[in-house]
Amino acid sequence: MLKIENLHARVESREILKGLSLTVNAGEVHAIMGPNGAGKSTLGNVLCGRDGYEVTAGSVIYNGIDLLALEPEARAAAGVFLAFQYPVEIPGVNNTYFLRAALNAQRKARGEKDLDSMQFLKLVREKLKVMQISDELLHRAVNEGFSGGEKKRNEIFQMAVLEPQLAILDETDSGLDIDALKQVAQGVNTLRSPDRAFLMITHYQRLLDYVVPDFVHVLADGRIVESGDKSLALKLEEHGYAGIAGRHPAGAAA
Amino acid sequence: MSQSASSPLVASLLDAPLPLSGIDWLDAARRESREAFAAEGLPDTRIEAWKYTALRALGQRRFAHVDAATKTPIVEAADFALPAIDGPRLVFVNGVLCRDLSSLDGLPAGLSLQPLSVALRDDAEALRFALSHRFRDLGDAFARINAASANDGLVLRVTAGSRIDTPVHLVFVGAATDVDLAWHVRNVIELGEASELTLVEHHVASGQPNHLATLVSDIELHERARLHHVIVQNAATSTNLIRRSSLRLRARAHAMLHVLELGGALVRHELQVELLGNDARIDTRGVFMPHGRQHIDTQLAIRHQALNTTSTSTWRGVASDRARGVFRGAIMVARGADGSDASLSNKNLLLSPAAEIDTKPELEIYADEVKAAHGATVGQLDERSLFYLRSRGIPLAEARALLTAAFCRAVLDDMANERLRDYLSGLMMANLPV
Repeated sequence: MLKIENLHARVESREILKGLSLTVNAGEVHAIMGPNGAGKSTLGNVLCGRDGYEVTAGSVIYNGIDLLALEPEARAAAGVFLAFQYPVEIPGVNNTYFLRAALNAQRKARGEKDLDSMQFLKLVREKLKVMQISDELLHRAVNEGFSGGEKKRNEIFQMAVLEPQLAILDETDSGLDIDALKQVAQGVNTLRSPDRAFLMITHYQRLLDYVVPDFVHVLADGRIVESGDKSLALKLEEHGYAGIAGRHPAGAAA
Repeated sequence: MSQSASSPLVASLLDAPLPLSGIDWLDAARRESREAFAAEGLPDTRIEAWKYTALRALGQRRFAHVDAATKTPIVEAADFALPAIDGPRLVFVNGVLCRDLSSLDGLPAGLSLQPLSVALRDDAEALRFALSHRFRDLGDAFARINAASANDGLVLRVTAGSRIDTPVHLVFVGAATDVDLAWHVRNVIELGEASELTLVEHHVASGQPNHLATLVSDIELHERARLHHVIVQNAATSTNLIRRSSLRLRARAHAMLHVLELGGALVRHELQVELLGNDARIDTRGVFMPHGRQHIDTQLAIRHQALNTTSTSTWRGVASDRARGVFRGAIMVARGADGSDASLSNKNLLLSPAAEIDTKPELEIYADEVKAAHGATVGQLDERSLFYLRSRGIPLAEARALLTAAFCRAVLDDMANERLRDYLSGLMMANLPV
């Protein structure tokens, strides 16, 4: 589904990704872990087309197309979703209105018919039930005045409604208490399916107790320095990133 | 002396003969206003109130006056229809009352709505206070020429205690003519004690006139009167429109204004409010959205002159292309007006690098126990919000429109009349720059 090869990217003039390669197949859950500044969030932002991230080398092929050539909205319509580390508050834009505009824009781009408001509400109700989110959130402006946990749950709720093929979760666990973490994890688990892949960017191992990944990768200094199964996460917990990074000094060939 | 009193504009406006009413005090007032206009000419940008609105180009233009030989163009009712609102209506085309398009039959009890010319014939004395006013400030040029030359307009009165349920629709059509016209309208509006009224002041275009229009409206609210005044300014982008609205509020009177400024080439609205009675309250809300090469200037001045008076003002400006917006929000709390509460917010959005908005909040406080808050900002669409919307699949142009509409929404939030709110919000959406 997703094939990243030798990806180099910089922000302003600073090179952050330095030859990152990663393959993700449908149905898989990949965890990307790594210390601060390793390039984890840059990876998510580059994949979704945020301004200010310049790709200087490498390629990203998603379902056979060059993902990097697409505008952010076209990537979304193609099924790529980013759950933001810091979801943006947008006063004056109603959450429901926003989500329907997003879903219908994606459907239009794919040549599908708009959902009318009745169909949309029905869909939203189903997803709300699954996500255990109160419908009060829907009547508010996008993320405005939401608590940290509500914002993250709203991201997962949007993901449930938009049904992406590739979901990138950028530190969705950060800043959550244990109850909110469990709710978010349960939402993600509900959405796991053979046609959907997840890329979970996280700093800590604890999310992986609740969403068990198929693969764990360690990102350090702009590339993946080690890959393994979920036991790698536990090893990291024990030895820290320093132990891993020590075995892969910067500049060494992967 | 400011800009040359003998500019082509001034000379052409002075070509219009003084209207003669046969009413001594009125003719004297008109003559004096005309003389003051001739002597002072147009204000230039050295006068603070005109600092950001230069009249150099306009000053070189000439406008013919409306006389008996001027043909009134045909205007369609569809040009100004307000969906789902069908009540009393007065329509002026290029400043001339158009009876065919007006609807004055079966006025609700307590409402009187007359053309100025008729009201002057019936009871001139009742208009003496408003119409003998002399405009003495530097920069009052357009009010002066209006006072000298306007011989029509409307007089609206609501008797004490009357509650008028249907909105009254006042329509000012600028209709294209062979020659460029100057036209002037003078309105006098009076709400009796504890009366209630909703007024829709509607400026529209028929064709692409190149006019200069001036409107001066005096609005008086007696004790406990309530006014909801909606101004929809959708004039042709080729025409110039200079308005002054002066509101005077007596004790416990409450006025709420919603203003949508969309059209016009050079537009200026001087909105002057005097809170004269204890516990009087004014809420002003407005959006101005100049695009292309439009210049839209709002000069809001609120004077708190009595105890426990309140004013809230929420204004948004959105400028695109090479357009210019100007907003001045001046609040004055007079000595002794203790317990006054004034707040003003003006936020502005620049959608293109060549657009400009000049905003200037002013606060002058001479009383002791006062609450006052004001703020003004000029910014651009938030890149983070734009990316967030796009990352969910919303195309860039739609995302920009969504954020711009959201930015303006606060202005219509507290509009109680749902139909009017939907109408204004629809009009705003239709005029969003892309």
